[in-house]
Amino acid sequence: MAAYILKRLVAAIPVLFGLTIIVFLIMAMIPGDTATAILGSYATPENVEKLNRDLGLDKSLPQQYLIWLGNLLQGDLGRSYSLNRPVLDEVVERFSATMILAGTSLVLCSIFGLLAGVMSAVRQFGWTDKIVTFFVLIGISTPSFWLGLLLILAFAVKLRLFPASGMFAIYGGGDLPDLIHHLVLPALTLSVVATGVIARLTRTSMLEVLRQDYIRTARAKGLAERKVIAKHAFKAALVSVIPVIGIQAGFVMGGAVYIETVFQWPGIGSMLVTAISTRDLLLVQGGVLFVAAAYVLFNLAADIVQTMLDPRLR
Amino acid sequence: MTEAAVSPAPKARATARRPDSIRLLLNNSLATGGFFILVTMALVALAAPFLPLADPDVTAPANRLMPPFSPDHFLGTDALGRDILSRIVWGTRVSLAVGLSATVIAAFFGSLIGLVAGYAAGRVDSVLMRGIDMIMAFPYILLALAIVAVLGPGLLNALYAIAVVNIPFFARSIRGITLGLSRREFVDAARLSGKSNAQILFIEVLPNVLPVIIITMSTTIGWMILETAGLSFLGLGAQPPQADLGSMLGEGRKILFTAPHVSVVPGLMILVLVMSINLFGDGVRDVLDPRLKSGVLTRPVARTTVDRKDASSGLKPRADAILDVQDLRTEFHLGGTVYKAAGGVDLHLAQGECLGVVGESGSGKSVSAMSIMGLVPSPPGRIVGGAAFLGNEDLFSASDERIRQLRGADVSHVFQDPLSTLHPLFTIGDQLTEAILAHRQVSGSEAMKIAEDLLNLVRIPNPSERLKVYPHELSGGMRQRICIAMALANDARVMIADEPTTALDVTVQAQILSLMNTLRHERDAAILFITHDFGVVSAICDRVAVMYAGKVVETGATQEILNSPAHPYTAKLIDCVPVLGEPERRLDAIEGRPPMVNNLPQGCAFADRCPKAQADCRAAPIPVTEFAEGRSVRCLHPVKEGEHV
Repeated sequence: MAAYILKRLVAAIPVLFGLTIIVFLIMAMIPGDTATAILGSYATPENVEKLNRDLGLDKSLPQQYLIWLGNLLQGDLGRSYSLNRPVLDEVVERFSATMILAGTSLVLCSIFGLLAGVMSAVRQFGWTDKIVTFFVLIGISTPSFWLGLLLILAFAVKLRLFPASGMFAIYGGGDLPDLIHHLVLPALTLSVVATGVIARLTRTSMLEVLRQDYIRTARAKGLAERKVIAKHAFKAALVSVIPVIGIQAGFVMGGAVYIETVFQWPGIGSMLVTAISTRDLLLVQGGVLFVAAAYVLFNLAADIVQTMLDPRLR
Repeated sequence: MTEAAVSPAPKARATARRPDSIRLLLNNSLATGGFFILVTMALVALAAPFLPLADPDVTAPANRLMPPFSPDHFLGTDALGRDILSRIVWGTRVSLAVGLSATVIAAFFGSLIGLVAGYAAGRVDSVLMRGIDMIMAFPYILLALAIVAVLGPGLLNALYAIAVVNIPFFARSIRGITLGLSRREFVDAARLSGKSNAQILFIEVLPNVLPVIIITMSTTIGWMILETAGLSFLGLGAQPPQADLGSMLGEGRKILFTAPHVSVVPGLMILVLVMSINLFGDGVRDVLDPRLKSGVLTRPVARTTVDRKDASSGLKPRADAILDVQDLRTEFHLGGTVYKAAGGVDLHLAQGECLGVVGESGSGKSVSAMSIMGLVPSPPGRIVGGAAFLGNEDLFSASDERIRQLRGADVSHVFQDPLSTLHPLFTIGDQLTEAILAHRQVSGSEAMKIAEDLLNLVRIPNPSERLKVYPHELSGGMRQRICIAMALANDARVMIADEPTTALDVTVQAQILSLMNTLRHERDAAILFITHDFGVVSAICDRVAVMYAGKVVETGATQEILNSPAHPYTAKLIDCVPVLGEPERRLDAIEGRPPMVNNLPQGCAFADRCPKAQADCRAAPIPVTEFAEGRSVRCLHPVKEGEHV
C-alpha cells in the first residue's frame, strides 16, 4: 500500500507541472503589452523596452516559463501591485481560510450526501426517497450565492443566531468556538450542491449494488438486513462514490468563490474576484495555481482511498 | 436465477409497438411540468418587447425600493426605481440566451473533439484527450474565472468562459460512444464502399451519437445558466446597464437588509428556471438512455413478497419430507405484464436425498428454488400461491426474522457464478466467519478456527493462508469450494444448489460434484440441485424433477428416468446429452422455443414442439398422473418403454 501511495504521488508530479504550464500560458495569452499596462499609455518607448527587459519579457516563451517556474520553485510568485506585498504571502494566508471553509463543506456534503443517498435507495419509492429526491433537485438547481443571502436574512438578520459575515468577530474573537460560529452558515451553503450530487450518485450506486449476486449471498447467509445494507452494500457503493467526492472537492473550492464573496470570508475566492476586478493578474495566477494544485491532491487522496477500499485495484 | 424474469422482458417490449419518444416524455409528469414551465418562461421572455411592461432601464428615483404588490409595480422597484417585473422578464431573456449559447458552443466544440478523438483513435485521440484531461484538472469555476481574468469582465466573455469549461464534458462522453461505434460493422461497410472519413463521421456516426449529445446538453444547460448567473453576480458577467438575472441579484445584494425583495426575486427566478430545465433534462435522459428507463433500477428487498390470494391453509406437509414445496406459484410483474415463472410447482426432498431439478433456461427451476427462502428479487418477483414446508413449518407464512434465522442455518445456498456471488471487497475469512457468527454464539477467533476447519473439509490446501485472500485472487474452482464451505458452515439440513457447476470448466466440475456428493453422505444433508445438464444429474442426484414452462412435467428416480423417460420433453432433453463412445447417438436440439411465461397456452405448454401432440393436448390443462411407484408425468400420451420420439 505504501508503495502504491508513493507511486501515485510520483505520478502526480507531471500533472502539477502541466498545471503550471497552463496557468503560465493563460497569463501569457493576455492581450496587450504588460509593460505598457504597468507604466500606462504615456510611457516612452525606451522605458517600455527597459521594463520589458527587466521583466524578462523580451525572451522567448519557453525561456520565460522556465524563469517563472524557477522563481515559483523558490517560492517567488511575484509581487501583487494592488496589495504591494508578495503574492505568496497573501495567497498562503487566504488559502488556509478557504481550506477551512471548503474542507468543512466537503466533510458535511460527504456525510449528508451518503446518508441521504443510502436512505433513499433503501426506501426506494417510499416517502424518504421522495423527500430526498425533491431536496436533491432543489439543491442542484439553487444558485448557492442566493441561498447564502437567504440564510443571512433568516439566521443572521431575523433570528440573530449566526453572524452574517467574516471569519472571526472583530472584537474579542479569534478562538475556535468563534470560528465555528462564523463557519456554520457559509459551510452549510457551500455544501448544498455537492450534497445533492453525492446523494444522487449514492442512491444510484446503492440500487446498482443491491441487485448484485453477492448481496443475495449475504442475505442467503442469514445476515440481518441492517448488516447487508451497512456493510456489504455500502462498502461496494462507496467505492464508486469516492472518486465523485474527489471531483466535488473541485466544485466546492470553486463554489467557495461565491460563498466567500457573499459571507465576506477572507479566502482565496473573494481574493480572486477582487484581483480580477483590479486586474492584479499575478495575484490571480498565484491563487489559481494554489487551488488547482489542491484539487489535484484531493483527487489523489480520493484515488488512494478508493484503492484501499477495493483490493482488486491494487 | 432471474433468467425467467429478465430475458423475456426485452422481447415483449420489442413486439409491442414502440411508443414514440415525445409520448414517453409526456408520460413523465415531472418532466412534463418542467417542460411547461420552461416553455412558458421562454415564451414570455421572447415576447418581452410586445408585452405591456415598463421600460426595464428607465430610472425613477421617486419610486425607488417600492415593495412587491405595489400598484403599477407588481414585484416592486429596485434601488433606482426600475420596475422589477419588467427587469426579471428582460433578465430571463438574457440569461436564457446566454445559457443556451454557451451550451451550443460547448456542445459543438466538445462533440467535434470527441468525434474526432474517438474516430481517429491512436495518437490523435491521446493528444486530444490529454488536453481535455488538463482542462479537467482545474476546478471548473476556477478555470472560468481565470478565463474571465484574461478576457476581462463582460457578458460575452463570461459566456465564452463557461462554454470552454464545459467542453470536456461533451468531449469525454462523445468520445466514448464514438470509440465503440467506429468498430461496428456499419462503419466498416461505409469505409469499404469508399466513403471519406468525414462522410463516415458525419453521415454514419454522428446520427448515432446525437442522443448522447442531446442528453449531455439537457443535463448541463442548467449548470451553465447557474454559472453564468454566478459570474454576473460577482460583477464579472453582464455589465450595467445590461442585466441578466445574476447581475440583478448582485446589485440587490448591496441593499439586502433594507430591501430583500430586490435580490430574492431574481434568485427565485433562477431557481425556477434551472429546476424546470433539470426536470425536463432528466425526462429527456430517461427517454433517450434506455439503461436508465424506469423499472430497470429497482432494488430487491430482503425477502420476496408473499401475496397469496387463495389462503393455502388447506395444504399439509408430507410426513417423510424434510422440505416439501406444494403448488408454488411465483410471478414477476413487469410493466403491466405478468410472467408466471413458477405456475404450480411441487417438489419434495427427504433427509439426505439429492433431488435434481432439470430444465432449459426460463423453465422456472431457479425461480422455484429461490422462492423457498424468499430470495427471488422482489420487486418484481412475488410469491402468489402455494406453500413450502421445512419440516412442519410453512416458510411463506413465517416472519422475516424467522426466515433470516433459517437462512444459512437450516437451509443454505450455493449459487452459480462464484466470482459474482462472493463479495469482492471482503476477505474469504471475513465472509466465512460472518456466516458462522450470524447463527452461532462464538467469539471471533473461534469462528476463524471453524472457518479454517471448513476449508479443510472442502479440501482447500493451506486454509489459514487462504482465509486472508480476496475472492479475485482464487481460481473459479477454489471460489466454488469456498461457497460450499460457507453453505456447510452451520450444518444445514437442506442445501439449495443453483447450477453450482455451470460456470466451471469440466474437470473442476467433476471435482466439485464429487465433493458435494461425499459431503452430503458424510453429513446426511439433503440437496436440491438445479441444473440444465442431465450429465450432472446422473452423477449426483437420487431423483429428478423435469421442469418446463413453470411446471414440473415429470418426476422419478434418476436411473428410471434416464432409462425410460415418460414425457416427450424429457426424452428429447436426454437425447441432447452427448455420451462418450456412442457416436451414432442422435444429438437433437429440440426444435422451436419454449412458450413465453406471460402467454402460456391453455393446454400442454410443450404441445407445439411435441411430435406426439394431439388435439386433446391443447384443450385443457394437463393433470399429473402417477403411473408407477415414485414416478409421475404431466402428459396425456407419454412415451412408452423403448419408443423413440
